[in-house]
Formats: sequence, structure tokens, C-alpha cells
Amino acid sequence: MTTAVFSLRRRALLVYGGFGVLAIAAQLFAPLIGSTSISLTRALDGTVPFAANIDAQIFFIARLPRTLAAGLVGASLASAGVMLQALLRNPLAEPFTLGVSAGSSLGAMLAMLVAPPILVLGVSAVPLATFAGAVGAVSIVYGLASARHRGFSTDVLLLTGVTLNAFFSAVILFLQYHADPSETVRTLRWLMGDLDVSGYGPIVVALPLIAAAFVIFLWLPRGLNLLTLGSDSAAARGIDVVRVQRLAFFSASVATGAAVSLAGPIGFVGIVVPHVVRLLVGSDHRLVLPGAALFGAAFLVGCDVVARTIMAPLELPVGIITAVIGGPFFLWLLFRRA
Amino acid sequence: MSVAAVIRHSQHGAVRAVVLFLIALIAVVAGGGVWWYQVGRQPAQPDALPQAERKDTPPASAARPRPAQRVVSLVPAVTEMLFAIEAGSQVVGVSSYDTYPDAVRQLPRVGALVDPDVERVLSLEPDLVVTYGSQEELQQQLVRAGIAAFDYRHGGVGHALDTMRTLGARTGHAREAVRETTRISTALAAITQRVAGRKRPRTLLVIGREPLAMRGIYVSAGKGFLHELLTLAGGDDVMGDIPRESVQATTETILARAPEVILEVRSGPKPDATTIDRERRAWSRLSGVPAVRSGRVYLLYDNALVVPGPRMPLAAEQFARVMHPEAFP
Repeated sequence: MTTAVFSLRRRALLVYGGFGVLAIAAQLFAPLIGSTSISLTRALDGTVPFAANIDAQIFFIARLPRTLAAGLVGASLASAGVMLQALLRNPLAEPFTLGVSAGSSLGAMLAMLVAPPILVLGVSAVPLATFAGAVGAVSIVYGLASARHRGFSTDVLLLTGVTLNAFFSAVILFLQYHADPSETVRTLRWLMGDLDVSGYGPIVVALPLIAAAFVIFLWLPRGLNLLTLGSDSAAARGIDVVRVQRLAFFSASVATGAAVSLAGPIGFVGIVVPHVVRLLVGSDHRLVLPGAALFGAAFLVGCDVVARTIMAPLELPVGIITAVIGGPFFLWLLFRRA
Repeated sequence: MSVAAVIRHSQHGAVRAVVLFLIALIAVVAGGGVWWYQVGRQPAQPDALPQAERKDTPPASAARPRPAQRVVSLVPAVTEMLFAIEAGSQVVGVSSYDTYPDAVRQLPRVGALVDPDVERVLSLEPDLVVTYGSQEELQQQLVRAGIAAFDYRHGGVGHALDTMRTLGARTGHAREAVRETTRISTALAAITQRVAGRKRPRTLLVIGREPLAMRGIYVSAGKGFLHELLTLAGGDDVMGDIPRESVQATTETILARAPEVILEVRSGPKPDATTIDRERRAWSRLSGVPAVRSGRVYLLYDNALVVPGPRMPLAAEQFARVMHPEAFP
């Protein structure tokens, strides 16, 4: 391994630089591509009034918010995946393992199928109910995992999360079964994930939550490195294990909840991106976490470009693309290394 | 371990005897069930056709023993057609979603597209069951029970009229069916005539979206009765080039196709004016769309708008009124 001879600082520069360039390139190029062909010069032409400039509207109202949302959601889900894989010491863990996705999906289904249409602070009820569902699921899981243990049992956490996922999914199926068939199509579509946010409003609402989670992420890599050795060894090295576990759990949950309320439960990003990054940079969380955030952003932006152009003017749900592209790519990487 | 292995390995005669007894019991029960199913049902259905008609049935003109007298309809649109051709008194069961005409409220419900209750259907002793095209399992069950199935799928305006004529032949109301389809065709032609020669506004027909938001927007595209009604009511469907009944429209598609009129159809009850106003204002996020700029976004709440059948002229007239208000002074 050539990377082993570099110092951490040089490897960090390589990782941040490499994945950073990828993420920035994706953010810059993705808005130029779409189902319709627009001229960038006309879109940026200030002499034409915005109301009459279709190219500018497509660029600034349809594509740019969408690309930004994809970047934010991709970064959030990939980092949350890293967190939970380290916290649960389980390579199969992902952002949706602990009941956040099913809880938030239940919130969304209730808002779509049962509740009357309302606006809260100018925001539609669906994303708010989605986030509320995530908070509800997280509270139940956390309450149960810390109730009968001094501290925090990751086994209970995992089992509670999996059970809650199954329970909430059953309630979702019940709601869909009793819904009007025309509604069922729309709710099923929501469950596949959709990045067409049509404006900056939803992003502005989700951004503070995601930013807060990322601030906490900054504190955690060293603790996560020690946690992966087991909580006893971590405690022996002077780490407040429960504190690190709590911070990791809550920050990952907030990031996931915000991402799902922005774009629905987009699968695969949160489990595969962390593994891809680990295969490329090793297992040091000081590299894996920022690497996964940047690569997750680039990956989801790229998948979204494919989703909205491959069958244009029809659009494929981005969750299909993440699995179809990500699956074989991950397997290739795995076997190349083996 | 297989059953035979269990028997072979059983050391105790008692275990072996119990296992053999259970196998014999299962065989007797299953055999009896098959016998009952095949023999027991037949006397109850002396007139049943030997093979129920499937998709490749001969046309309605083929000779039939006698018109269906007890019809179960799992498709609300077809229920409505049956009542329109005066076969309503022969309808003995409807789907859980049927609401029109009022007479259906008194009829037994037998489930719907994804959850047809076969036992309830059979208990109504129908001689004709209207199923939706994708309910293949139900259709096979009906074939086994010797009950004729009428296989329906949504289509265009012409398909709805054809269906009504076929239903007329199957239920002994051929003449009423012709009268009703002629009435519908004439009414639709009158609407087309009324808007003829006027500029056709580029129109987007929205059939569903997330409440109060510009997300999950489903629109009618270039196939099916909604597209045809929109076209014959004097509109130019901006999604008309996509050969599908409905598609999800992205913000980019809506901006790029720049509709001059946006029509939203909802099947539910009409909400209060504040909610309607809020739903219209949700479009202001796409203020670049000509229809939004000129305030030509219309929300229409009426069950008639989403059912292919006898009320198509009502839907077409509502479309024409908002697209061509000057033609309806």
C-alpha cells in the first residue's frame, strides 16, 4: 500500500482534495445537464428579465436547487452511514437501520393520506411530518436502549431499530391498503425518493439541521476510531464511550431525518458509499467521514443526473439509479481488492 | 427430512400410525374438497358457460344463451355505464369505491382492484362479473366457478363507448346502449363545435400532487380519455407527445413546456374557498410558467372528471369552459 507510507496529514490532503474536487465538479456540471437543452449564456444573461427567461428559470428554479439538495442529502446519508456502522460495529448498518426511515415515512404517509392539507410557517405539512416521524422513532429507540442499561446498549439499539422498522412498515402498508388507489401511486413514489424540490425553500429549512449534525461530526472521528475497537478498549484509553455513542447516534439521526424530509428515503447511498470510501482510504474515521460526505454528495448528484436524463422527458426515481449504478460498482471494487 | 424419511425413521409404531393417519386424513379432506368443488357447484349453475370468456372473447354479436341477469362490477366506471344503459337493476354487487349513481350505495360491496372478496362475489350468485384487466387471479377463479367474466381496462373515449355497447349486448340492453352512446358522442361533438376555430391554449392537466406543494406532480399525458377530452374540448395538451396515460412531471418539464392553462382535476369533495385559494397559490413558486403568471390555474373538484363513462360530456364541458371562457358567455 503506497498510502501507508504517507503521513496522516498528506493522506488527509489527498482524500479531501480528491473527493472534494469530485464533489465540486459534480455540483458545477450537474446543473448544465437536464431533460431539456438550455443555453447557459442565455440563462445568465442579465439583460433579459427573469420572468421572460425560460433558460434562467430552468437553471435557477429547477436544476440548481435540485443539485444542491442531492449534494446535501448524499453527504448526510453517507456520513450517517459511517456513524452507524462504527457505532453498531456492524458493516450492514446504514442510516435507516435504527427506524428513522420507517418512522419518517410513516409521518409522511399520515400527512399525505390522513391529515387535512395545512401549511406550517409556509412549509407543506409533509416534510414536517416526515421529520416529526424521524424524531418520534429516534426517541423511542433511544429511550428503550438507555432505559435498562447504565449507559447505552448498542445491541438493544439495533434490535429496537429493526423491530420499529418492521412495525412502522406494517402501519404504512395498512394506510396504503386503505387509501384510494390514485393516492397509493403517489405515496409509493414518495417512498422511492425524489430530489425535485422545486425551489430553495425546502433546502433552507433542512440546512440548519444538517449543518448542526455536521458540526457534531467534526468532533467524533477519533472517538469512532476507538469505538470500533470495542467499548472497553475505548474506555481504557480515556474516551467517554457513552458520550461518543450518544453524539454519534443523535447527529446521525438528525442528518438522516433532515435528508429524508428533503428527498424521501433514498436507499443505498448510506450503506455503500461508506464502504467504497473505506476500500479506497482505509479505516481511519478522520479520513473516512469527510471522504464519505464528499463522495456521497458527488455520487447522489451524479445518480440524479442519470435519473432525470436517461428516459427524458420521463424521470426515473433516483433510488433505482443509486442501487443500479452503486451495486455493480461496489462489487467491482470489492473483487478488485480481494 | 422428508415425510417418507420421518416414517422410515420412526422407531415407535404409534408415531408411524399417527403420521400415516394424518396423511390419510389430509388426502381424504383434499379429495373431498376437489370433488365438492367440481361436482357440488355444477347443479347450482346449470346455465353457466363451460369456459368463461377472457380477453379474446368473440364480439358481442356472438350467440349467447341469455343476457346476464345478476352482474357484479368491480370497476366503478363500468358500474356507472351499466346504470346509464338501464341495466342498473341487474347489478347485484359493486366495488368498495363505487359512489355513483346514488343507487349503488344500497348494493353489497365486494372489495376492489387489489382486494376482491371472491367469497362475497360467489355468494351473490352472479352470472357476469366485471373485473379489471390486471385481476388475473380473480378471473381464473371465476373460470373455475363457471362464471362469465367481463374483462375491462381503462382506455380512450372510443373504448368507453365500445364498452357500453358490449355491455348492452351482454345484459340485454343493446338498444339503450346505442341510445346512450349516441347521446354522449353528440354531446361531445357539440362541445368541440362550440370551441372550434378558437386558439387552442397549451394546457397541462394535473391529476395529483402533494398538498400545498410543488412536489410529486402527476399529470395526464398523451393517452387515455382525459387526454382525449382535453383535446376535443379545445386544448393543446403540453404532455401530449408522451404515449402514456399519466406521468410524473418535474419542475423542469413544467417550466420547459410552458403551459398557458393549468387544469387540476380532483375526484374528492370540494374543499372550502381558503384551501382552494392556497392550493392555487402553491403554483406561485413556478411564476415563470405563463399559466401561473396570467392566473389561469384552475382547480376542478368533481368525481365526473376522473371517470371514463357516461359523464364524459360533463367533464369535457368543464374543461372547455375554463380553456375557452369566451365561448360560454
